[in-house]
Amino acid sequence: MDELLPRLPFADWIDTGVDWLVDTFGTGLDGFADVLEGVVEGSVDILDLVPSILLAFIFALIAGIISTRKIAFFSLIGLLFIDYLGYWFPMLQMLTLVLTSVMFALVIGIPVGILGSQKAGVRKVVNPILDLMQTMPAFVYLIPAIFFFNIGVVPGVVASVIFAMPPTIRLTMLGIQQVPKDLIEATEAFGSTTWQRLFKIQIPLAKPTIMAGVNQSIMLALSMVVIASMVGAPGLGEEVYRSVTQLKTGVGVETGLSIVIVAIILDRVTQYAGNRKKKLGGNTL
Amino acid sequence: MSEEYINKKIVVKNATKIFGKSSSRAIQMLKEGKSKSEILKATGATVGVKQVSFDVNEGEIFVIMGLSGSGKSTLVRLLNRLIDPTMGQILLDGKDIVQMNKEQLRDVRRKKIGMVFQNFALFPHKTIVENTEYGLEIQGVSKKERNEKAVESLRLVGLAGYEDQYPKQLSGGMQQRVGLARALANNPDILLMDEAFSALDPLIRKDMQNELLQLHHDMQKTIIFITHDLDEALRIGDRIALMKDGEIVQIGSPEEILMSPSNEYVERFVEDVDLSKVLTAGHIMKKADTVKIDRGPRVALRLMKQLGISSIYVVDNANRLLGAVTAQDTLGAIESEKTLNDVLISDLPMILPDTVLTELFDVVSTANIPVAVINEDQKMQGIIIRGALIGALSGDNDFINKDGTMDSTEQHTEVK
Repeated sequence: MDELLPRLPFADWIDTGVDWLVDTFGTGLDGFADVLEGVVEGSVDILDLVPSILLAFIFALIAGIISTRKIAFFSLIGLLFIDYLGYWFPMLQMLTLVLTSVMFALVIGIPVGILGSQKAGVRKVVNPILDLMQTMPAFVYLIPAIFFFNIGVVPGVVASVIFAMPPTIRLTMLGIQQVPKDLIEATEAFGSTTWQRLFKIQIPLAKPTIMAGVNQSIMLALSMVVIASMVGAPGLGEEVYRSVTQLKTGVGVETGLSIVIVAIILDRVTQYAGNRKKKLGGNTL
Repeated sequence: MSEEYINKKIVVKNATKIFGKSSSRAIQMLKEGKSKSEILKATGATVGVKQVSFDVNEGEIFVIMGLSGSGKSTLVRLLNRLIDPTMGQILLDGKDIVQMNKEQLRDVRRKKIGMVFQNFALFPHKTIVENTEYGLEIQGVSKKERNEKAVESLRLVGLAGYEDQYPKQLSGGMQQRVGLARALANNPDILLMDEAFSALDPLIRKDMQNELLQLHHDMQKTIIFITHDLDEALRIGDRIALMKDGEIVQIGSPEEILMSPSNEYVERFVEDVDLSKVLTAGHIMKKADTVKIDRGPRVALRLMKQLGISSIYVVDNANRLLGAVTAQDTLGAIESEKTLNDVLISDLPMILPDTVLTELFDVVSTANIPVAVINEDQKMQGIIIRGALIGALSGDNDFINKDGTMDSTEQHTEVK
């Protein structure tokens, strides 16, 4: 059998391809990686200058402005609890990593989603890629990321961006496509340009759905940080990873709980941001 | 602009819409005169609108009526090219919009044509006033000016004070008023109304029809109104085009459609119409036999004998109705040397010619003698006998005067 059908050297092809990419674009990407690393670590350092209790209050205040007092109160208690456990700095590192990844995911994902909602051709290309991105085991992204960016913050961010982007793209497309046909007809009948239709009607109406996608992206980015710690991304994930390798149940629970608290805060706040408009009587048909 | 289009706001020539692939073969078959179902079978293409031609006069309410699937909604969308016609010409003020590029078309949509939709199609995230000013907003009109126009437009449809509400907070009827205000805010020449009142309940719908007629009277817009409701079409249409299978089967005034259906389809369509709400006293009245009051009882009795009737209407010299006398009373008057005036019954049921039949039943059923139809000056117009009322309701054209009046010179040719 072996002679008849030799093993397909698919892995070799991929390796050759990645090597070529690294050789060709590696130097350019190094510059990008340095900047990204500088920004992330710089942000963490700046945040760390602020006393933790004051920062917890500031975060709670922001949560309160976007959502409700109840959520703000929970945020404050939760953050102080993390501080009290002694994971304040890793928490800041993780938060910065997550928010940076999500920012990249949105900056790329929302325009791609909008484009996909308008052109069936784009959808045909994008959808299978998204399927691949979502079903490929997350660890696999880490391997080429290391080749490109070494270990540390940057491969973590890159892997998180890839992993977190699909829901934003998908739900942006879905939200825009779900705007009722008669509203589209109405904007057309009054002589809107494509741009006006998109920005005055479709995107505002799709906002709750898009925000649901953003919320999902944040959650996925959070779930990625533990995995990213395997390539040296710092933060709470790193602590979890260490507790696993050293079989320390107590530390594992403490750090795991801290991640859960951050996750709940981010989830509630972003969910609220998406649904806010509904209270005014607008939206959903 | 050539001569023939003067006063013709919209001229549609041979407009055709074929949905689906292989439309070139479908066009070929269409030209050979094949039917919609034959084309569907052979090519798989659906003919939405089939070689339709008509024109709409300036300031007219033109109703396009048909059952669902008849192509009326497609046809109205051809007029502003929300759906692109497969072939044919659509001239607005003499300019063919089918030939226009995107920019010209956008300009026509912005300035010339307003549209009102069946399910209102209001933007749920915008307030009422923001909805109303949408058409102006996308034209880049300044905030202040468009707000003024929108508020004025809302006032016209009776929604002053609701500016800052959201569509969801308004009832269906009010939402459609917003839809109308939004279309009017741009001050277009032409209003396309696609089943605009079909989603409203009957009472509100009637109010809206009245208000539309009032607005039309005040503003003199050209209105294309789509409906599947014949009563609505008859109420508001100056002219009605009846559609079936993508074709126009008949175009005419409401009277013409109702009284002389051009084929069996139209006939079947109109046979369900509630005639009692459409026909008026003028439609079913017969020539009245009258006697002048100064002729005296003997003349009156002689007339009754000749005509074989048991009572007769009495009028003055100006043909104003005074009352009626019965044969028996007149005989008594002759015997006791009295005048007609002495035996005159003056509290007769009297009605105006434009009274619809539904309002007649009670009067006609309780009256002992035929009911008199008079005009505002008390002048005798005709009479209504029970047989004619029942005959007309059964749809028998022999009992119906074609134009709703009975002009004395033409009455015998009119009443067939």
